[in-house]
Amino acid sequence: MSLRKFITNKTTAALAVLITVFANTSVFAQDAAAGAAAAPKVDMGEVYKSVIFYILVFLAVCLFIAIIGKAIKVYELSREAQGKPVGINWNRVHASLFALFLVIGLYGVYWEYTVHGAMLLPDAASEHGKKIDEMFNLTLIITTIVFVVTHILLFGFSYIYKYSAKRKAYYYPHNNTIEKIWTIVPALVLTVLVLMGFLTWRSIFFKVEDPNNKPLQIEVTSEQFKWSIRYPGADGIVGNKNYKLTTATNTLGIDFKDINSRDDEMADEMVLPVGKPVKLILTSKDVIHSFYMPHFRVQLNTVPGMRTIFEFTPTKTTAEMQQETNDPNFKYLFLCAKICGSGHYNMQKVVRVVSEAEYKTWIAEQKTYLNDDLRKQFNLPVAPAPVKSVADSAAKDSAAVKTNQMALNK
Amino acid sequence: MSTIALHDEHNHDHADHGHHKETLISKYIFSMDHKMIAKQFLITGIIMAVIAMGLSILFRIQLAWPDQNFPFLETFLGKWAEGGRIKPDFYLALVTIHGTIMVFFVLTAGLSGTFSNLLIPLQIGARDMASPFLNMLSYWFFFMACVIMMSSFFIQTGPASGGWTVYPPLSVVAKAMPGSGLGMTLWLVSMVLFVASSLMGGINYVSTILNMRTKGMDLWKMPLTIWAFFLTAILGILSFPVLVAGVVLMVFDRSFGTSFYLSDIVMGTDILPNEGGSPILWQHLFWFLGHPEVYIVIMPALGISSEVISVNSRKPIFGYHAMVYSLIGITVLSFIVWGHHMFVTGMNPLLGGVFMITTLIIAVPSAVKTFNYLATLWRGNIRFTPAMLFAIGLVSFFISGGLTGIFLGNASLDINLHDTYFVVAHFHLVMGSAAIFGMLAGVYHWFPKMFGRMMNAKLGYLHFWLTFIAAYLVFFPLHFLGLDGVPRRYYAFTEFEFMKKWLTVNVFVTWAAIMAALAQVAFLFNFFYSIFKGKVSPQNPWESNTLEWTAPVEHLHGNWPGEIPTVYRWPYDYSKPGHDADFIPQTVPFSQTMSSNLPHDFEGNAEAEKIQQDWELANPVGENKG
Repeated sequence: MSLRKFITNKTTAALAVLITVFANTSVFAQDAAAGAAAAPKVDMGEVYKSVIFYILVFLAVCLFIAIIGKAIKVYELSREAQGKPVGINWNRVHASLFALFLVIGLYGVYWEYTVHGAMLLPDAASEHGKKIDEMFNLTLIITTIVFVVTHILLFGFSYIYKYSAKRKAYYYPHNNTIEKIWTIVPALVLTVLVLMGFLTWRSIFFKVEDPNNKPLQIEVTSEQFKWSIRYPGADGIVGNKNYKLTTATNTLGIDFKDINSRDDEMADEMVLPVGKPVKLILTSKDVIHSFYMPHFRVQLNTVPGMRTIFEFTPTKTTAEMQQETNDPNFKYLFLCAKICGSGHYNMQKVVRVVSEAEYKTWIAEQKTYLNDDLRKQFNLPVAPAPVKSVADSAAKDSAAVKTNQMALNK
Repeated sequence: MSTIALHDEHNHDHADHGHHKETLISKYIFSMDHKMIAKQFLITGIIMAVIAMGLSILFRIQLAWPDQNFPFLETFLGKWAEGGRIKPDFYLALVTIHGTIMVFFVLTAGLSGTFSNLLIPLQIGARDMASPFLNMLSYWFFFMACVIMMSSFFIQTGPASGGWTVYPPLSVVAKAMPGSGLGMTLWLVSMVLFVASSLMGGINYVSTILNMRTKGMDLWKMPLTIWAFFLTAILGILSFPVLVAGVVLMVFDRSFGTSFYLSDIVMGTDILPNEGGSPILWQHLFWFLGHPEVYIVIMPALGISSEVISVNSRKPIFGYHAMVYSLIGITVLSFIVWGHHMFVTGMNPLLGGVFMITTLIIAVPSAVKTFNYLATLWRGNIRFTPAMLFAIGLVSFFISGGLTGIFLGNASLDINLHDTYFVVAHFHLVMGSAAIFGMLAGVYHWFPKMFGRMMNAKLGYLHFWLTFIAAYLVFFPLHFLGLDGVPRRYYAFTEFEFMKKWLTVNVFVTWAAIMAALAQVAFLFNFFYSIFKGKVSPQNPWESNTLEWTAPVEHLHGNWPGEIPTVYRWPYDYSKPGHDADFIPQTVPFSQTMSSNLPHDFEGNAEAEKIQQDWELANPVGENKG
């Protein structure tokens, strides 16, 4: 009785699917026939784009699955009717599938590690980045071992201990010794990782400044959807800013009443002398952005109303990196990593790491933020344009120049 | 106590006098019966999950084929996909609403709402929740939250689009993006309603578990599901109000000109008057909820899988006490790790170090849980029911996603991984896929309890294998994008030279995501078809020990006709040596299982031990086994 009822139900369902398929196919077939009549080679491009095509494919797959399901059902019912043991031992099927999944999965992981793993960022181009990379590799090794072992156990146990009517499971509610071991061992491993991580973290954010190698200050300001870079000029100090001073001509709101601001220079790209510490002063005009320099393992959010600071030392010039990666077009860059609006996906600037000498020539060519319009605005004497700020500020702040020159000569 | 006692009386009255008259509205819509409310939560959760999954397919299409037009997108989305291409603003709205729905509406309400409601009274032996009315309100607040969230798709400026974490100032300053207008207001209103809903639920769960357990059901005899729901509810009660506080401040900032989160902001050249606030404050308030939230999501799933794995391995869960203590450990620690979301926000680096330590400590209880699952499987007699398949899948995802958490919890590694696809891959495995698998395991396992019918197992198998494989195909490769420094929430990878090599991977991932989405059709068909046409469920389909399977298959208000059964033992006496069946329900007294009792069972009760010893002397083992 139940068999008959089942078949009628299934049949109606299957028929419904069939009818839908045919109803759709016939419409589709007419188009296809028309296309085929026009030219022997049909352009399928449009077809692949049409939604109805995919719905049809999906329905066909559903139908196929329904047919298989029905076949299995018929097979099992006929076995049952003949009094033979159950047709398909699903427990064995799943156990084998888990074993198969384990093998293929592990191969997949190996493939990912070797193929996609080879497409990653090159080795860190900064001093602290090397430590981060070491830390990363150590963590990767530990976690990969745990990952592989636990998965072998998980799927292995699933395979070995599949259901059997003859067997009874082993009643084993707890074992305090084992539990202690697998509480303490992860705790120890994590302690090691925490300690190393903590030391690395401290070495990055709590640097002792070397008086002989003062870092080069660079201020980066983010706004929707661009970056502005401010170099400190000859005095080596990035001057004050006040957002209330922002105008169309003074887009960063630089306070030129502060002497340190007057020689600050603008730049289209970030050029860094190799081997010299750089102190990034990060600020934001509007919303939170994130200053992200993947090659140097540098990231810090830029937050409106707050200065955030990241210090690092680039160790490889762009040219060296081009050689290392075998890519003559290689460029360092920084980008935005914090959702900031519609242009978030395209907020980038090029970073160029060059030798000390190249840096000096480049920096000499950069213009100051202070121009004649701003001088008027701030009631400053309008100076003749070509005079470089070095002489200007030297008179005013010789101490600053001294430190700066020391820094440059280093 | 007196109110509880009164309440119990009241329920007895129901049982005694039979049902009062039920109308369609009181039975199916404004129901106060916990089983119906559970179904309402589940079905709403499933609908929201399908919507959120649909949104994810939309943005996956954009990521895979950023320079192609899909006319059908324009048909569905109108001006947001003019010319068949999703606009950047709408892309961000899609990811935002996908995240919000999945985290809050599916994995919090849909998972913990469904199973807490269904299982707490049934597994502890209560006739209903402590406050059925509050319970009903909890559902309807949740429902309103869903409706309001979805309504934001039908307004001019579109839904909130600042990411599911809605960091200010982006989400506060209306000029920052279109979604920060009315859409964001709706988001905040929806979220307040949602929090109210989950608080009402949580208070109810806690009071029910603490006060309404049946005779003999002491805390250490509760199934791990109940422990998980209990601790989840506590987490929710303590952390969700903080989100509301944050939301209220945000409403003030947005609508009344205060400056809690705003300071020194210039939009273009337009200087905003706000001064003195800090955007970081929101992040602290948000993640004070936000991190416990991920445990609110995963703990019920872990509870469900503990139960399912034990039942289907026909073995007691290994280390029951350790499982409970690790849940408690996770609960406590989850309150002091929120800062690991903020390592690079400019928070004082000193704090970063502290949060790194607490974060990595929380990996220890998680590891213990994983090992205990493995030990439960060891020498089991595993039945691969669909629920069991999903529970094993959960363990796999929990391992894979948990291990990548060790990278992200390490502040120095987080510098380069923060806000990249590595994070996306990490949390989609550990809290997305794992929690969804826990939820599906629960649905397959307790469907007979909910609807009195069985789901089709073979469609369940198909559903599991397709979803399991597809989920790994989607999320595993994404780790590598993150390691290459590709940030998340990018509308297209076309603007950066170094990202172009990942375009093919994106196409692959999108196809895998589509496969995963289509696999859910097998589930949806199975689910809705079985509600009406499934095989009628036997009393105890999985031969399980817990109390819910002693309640009649046909639902009745008050759960058990006559008296509520008494509980004598813990819920995990599977395959106990000396007993003929491979399970002993909690309601079977030790006096009926003399042949299988262990000294440990009597918890130091000298009298009972004495009786047992006398019996054992009278019945030597050899004879008895025959």
